[in-house]
Amino acid sequence: MSVTPTPSGDGTVLFEFLQRMGDNALILGHRLSEWCGHAPALEEDIALANTALDLIGQTQLWLGLAGEVEGKGRTADNLAYLRDATEFRNVLLVERPNGDFGKTLMRQFLFDAWHLVILQALRSAADKRIADIAEKAAKEVAYHLDRSRDLIVRLGDGTAESHRRMQEALDELWPYTGELFIGDTGDAELAAAGIIPAPESLKGAWDDVVGETLAEATLKKPADGYMHKGGKRGVHTEHMGFILAEMQFLQRAYPCATW
Amino acid sequence: MSSEWPLWEVFIRGQHGLNHRHVGSLHAPDAEMAIHNARDVYTRRNEGVSIWVVRSTDITASTPSEKGPLFDPANSKVYRHPTFFDVPDEVGHM
Repeated sequence: MSVTPTPSGDGTVLFEFLQRMGDNALILGHRLSEWCGHAPALEEDIALANTALDLIGQTQLWLGLAGEVEGKGRTADNLAYLRDATEFRNVLLVERPNGDFGKTLMRQFLFDAWHLVILQALRSAADKRIADIAEKAAKEVAYHLDRSRDLIVRLGDGTAESHRRMQEALDELWPYTGELFIGDTGDAELAAAGIIPAPESLKGAWDDVVGETLAEATLKKPADGYMHKGGKRGVHTEHMGFILAEMQFLQRAYPCATW
Repeated sequence: MSSEWPLWEVFIRGQHGLNHRHVGSLHAPDAEMAIHNARDVYTRRNEGVSIWVVRSTDITASTPSEKGPLFDPANSKVYRHPTFFDVPDEVGHM
């Protein structure tokens, strides 16, 4: 079952938006959790796990509200564990494989920079439930960005090898950033109602943070060329199925299991 | 140059205005990252409102073998404890 956003007053477009916020946090949180026990230093291991937990916590809030808005009795858990890949609405960037530590950090930085900008805008959303979630999440994400930004600069402007790896990561991930700023008719409807900022409107602030950081990191900002897209409407890369296979295994194998 | 990050000692001030207390140590390449790491390793359960970090090599410690001369003489000096004053009734509970 796939929900197409329609300009209507029945909450469908809001449900769509809330899933996008929740699924971005959920899939990136899951990706980060894959590092648990494998990071290059104990301190980094714990830091990544903390970020993952923050994101999963935010997922509960976004998907919880999504279920409420949908009005069919689905909980955050139902949405996280019982939807198929085509029903997920996360951008392709967050489902990119972890790669080496540098690639994970670059993905994190590019996402964090966008995440903070949108959450700051959502704090003044016309829907108070959204504003409340954004208020809480923005504090967590401000720290995520502090940390990922700092590490991008250190590794970009580090040794010859760290610089090379960071530039490679940047070049590979850049074509996945465009999707963050492409709106559809549902976005336009919600933006007109003052519920969300138009995705396109976030590009300027994001460019500022990213441009300044990459310059400090002595990394070359790629040109905006071809951009991959599809995740926001449920068209995912081949990685998504593998993520869900691991993430949803328990609920699929033992339906309704609790512990 | 050593490829190991240096060791830092971490001190956290708790929620209730107490002194910074030593909570443990961690590795980090510099002070700024030591603060970040301390936040992530030692304040995950809302333990702190302030963090100090100091390079472990910058701490000067007393020598364990001098424990006797350093501390034993204080053992027998009960008069150094403020337990010999009569507290006037008007003062009430102290």
